[in-house]
Amino acid sequence: MSDETNKGLQSAFRRKLLMGMAAIPAITMLPRSSYAQAPATSAVNTTGLAVTDTEVTVGILHSATGTMAISETGSIEAEKLAIEQINAAGGVLGRKIKFIQEDGASDWPTFAEKAKKLLVNDKVAAIMGCWTSASRKAVLPVMEQYNGMLYYPTFYEGLEQSKNVIYTGQEATQQILAGLNWIAKEKGAKSFFFIGSDYIWPRTSNKIARKHVENVLKGKVVGEEYYPLGNTQFNSVINKIKLTKPDVIFTDVVGGSNVAFYKQLKAAGIDLSKQALLTISVTEDEIDGIGGENIAGAYACMKYFQSLDNPNNKAFVPAFKKMWGEKTVIGDVTQAAYLGPWLWKLTVEKAGSFDIDKIAAASPGVEFKGAPEGYVRIHENHHLWSKTRVGRAKLDGQFELIYETADLVEPDPFPKGYQ
Amino acid sequence: MFGDYSIGDLGSIFVMQGFAGLILFSVYVLMALGLAIIFGQMGVINMAHGEFMILGAYVTWMTSNLFQTYLPGLFSGYFFLAMILAFFASGALGMLVEWVLIRHLYKRPLDTLLATWGLSLMLQQAYRSIFGAREVGVELPQWMLGSLRVTDSIEVPINGVFVMGLTVLITIGVAYVMFMSRWGRQVRAVVQNRIMAGAVGINTAKVDRYTFALGCGIAGVAGSAFTMIGSTGPTSGQLYIVDTFLVVVFGGAASLLGTIASAFSISQTQSTLEFFMSGSMAKVLTLLAVVGILMLRPQGLFALKVRK
Repeated sequence: MSDETNKGLQSAFRRKLLMGMAAIPAITMLPRSSYAQAPATSAVNTTGLAVTDTEVTVGILHSATGTMAISETGSIEAEKLAIEQINAAGGVLGRKIKFIQEDGASDWPTFAEKAKKLLVNDKVAAIMGCWTSASRKAVLPVMEQYNGMLYYPTFYEGLEQSKNVIYTGQEATQQILAGLNWIAKEKGAKSFFFIGSDYIWPRTSNKIARKHVENVLKGKVVGEEYYPLGNTQFNSVINKIKLTKPDVIFTDVVGGSNVAFYKQLKAAGIDLSKQALLTISVTEDEIDGIGGENIAGAYACMKYFQSLDNPNNKAFVPAFKKMWGEKTVIGDVTQAAYLGPWLWKLTVEKAGSFDIDKIAAASPGVEFKGAPEGYVRIHENHHLWSKTRVGRAKLDGQFELIYETADLVEPDPFPKGYQ
Repeated sequence: MFGDYSIGDLGSIFVMQGFAGLILFSVYVLMALGLAIIFGQMGVINMAHGEFMILGAYVTWMTSNLFQTYLPGLFSGYFFLAMILAFFASGALGMLVEWVLIRHLYKRPLDTLLATWGLSLMLQQAYRSIFGAREVGVELPQWMLGSLRVTDSIEVPINGVFVMGLTVLITIGVAYVMFMSRWGRQVRAVVQNRIMAGAVGINTAKVDRYTFALGCGIAGVAGSAFTMIGSTGPTSGQLYIVDTFLVVVFGGAASLLGTIASAFSISQTQSTLEFFMSGSMAKVLTLLAVVGILMLRPQGLFALKVRK
């Protein structure tokens, strides 16, 4: 997308936003930035980033077209909302955030190319972007070579850590273990049936889950099945589930397959109010396509649900809907994407500089008290300390919070004993 | 593997697995029929077949929304109207595409592949702009959800039975049109010898247009039916296209009977293997078998007898 269209878009939603601005209490809760004492550009930007006395440019890099547009649209929306709110609250070090949006087009080499363009040509101070692990893996060498800063929103398989990336979603152990503990305790579950799409994230997640079930929970995995991405026929595996009668079905099926899986599960007469099912791949976004009636009763293990009852979230949800429409839903990754610009702003202010090296060094310990999911903090390993939650899907497509960990869970991208 | 289970349990599972195979068979036939007509009878490689299916799915979604808003009393029957509308919507789009694009490319079959692939990208982006990038959920009437309980342990999904019934009806319909009707005779005449068919007074351009529209229309009905078992989004059509081509090519491009035979053999192999190994491995083995057989019989299972 070109700069010009961006400006058009920006002003369109700025108008919308202005109308609803008075209704956003989040802004008033957050500490006012020091507009008056904007420090000199030469002091805060020693490496030639796109920072002027009044503006700083960041990049947004997601798929607005192609297969992944389904998932990444929510992230783009959340990041734009966060940027608007930060600007309304005084910007970053007294500078307004301007963004350049690039389209990764669901194609991994395109992601790398666009990341390079943003870093080399546009000299952006940070990039909010990527969704799939494949796109992140494509962008990572570019970020490291040209020394950029990426805020990555998706829950993912872990086994990665970089000076140039802040992971605002959960890594696998953070997302899975607490949920498994809960369901083992609550339902007395001993036998598990794993079913996932056939690529790195489900396979790594299930490997971690299997070790945990077998070594820690002393349970049994009675089946582990993978289907190609985009598979639409699940009747055979559903028959196997009927035969093995597991206490819990544990799923990480993604994309269009997800819809087919739950529709066929329901059609086969498996009643999710009686058969426990724990998923780590279904958020409110996916339920839109699956249909609430097909998945009601299933448990999902996430760090955020739209229905969370806390003051931050009560301000965030209406602000999001005001900007993007009453019908939009907010899933886990959308919320994690919203954290990106805020964490970057807080880190820049802590470091007193836009320089990438200083931001990377200042990141550990940065806390964001205004997060819709509640308090979060950046760990030394550039992942977030966050709570893990279990929600139960309802007919209306929302989750009802059933369980949350008492404390923040430590991110552990290289878990010992789980590899 | 089965030592832990009782004979009764295993028996019911095998019956249900048999049904699973039959349902897969119906799904394959339904999605491949439209393509078999277009590819088999006209030699056009229609890469946008999946997008014509998804148009049917979106029409179904819109119909269900309309009924919910204006005619909630008749909601339980909306699906039948939706399928008819899907047929005409996809058929009409097919006719337009034939007139604008395809008819200029009949002498260049490989170019139709590129042109229709481009068309599929354009349609995907059009759906994304019109209906949004996110998937939509098509609400179904209550009677189509759930399963039929045959015995205590044997349950058959209703949507599967529905797809099977629909497939039988459409197959009979297509067979009748192609082999019994005057128009079908014209289509076959054009396929066998275009110049002679023209010479005896058949309007071949018109026959082409309606054949293409019929193929697309059937794709629309298939898409409409698949809202029961799959997703509806801008790129959902891509989920079906590979399997569809597999079935048509394996069956022998010009033969409707071949399409059915190939759908049957692929679906039975697939669902039997799926039961004994993981889904991905089953797919690999099925594809290997298909490749192997196509190496021995490049023309597919059933082919028109031609002099070499």
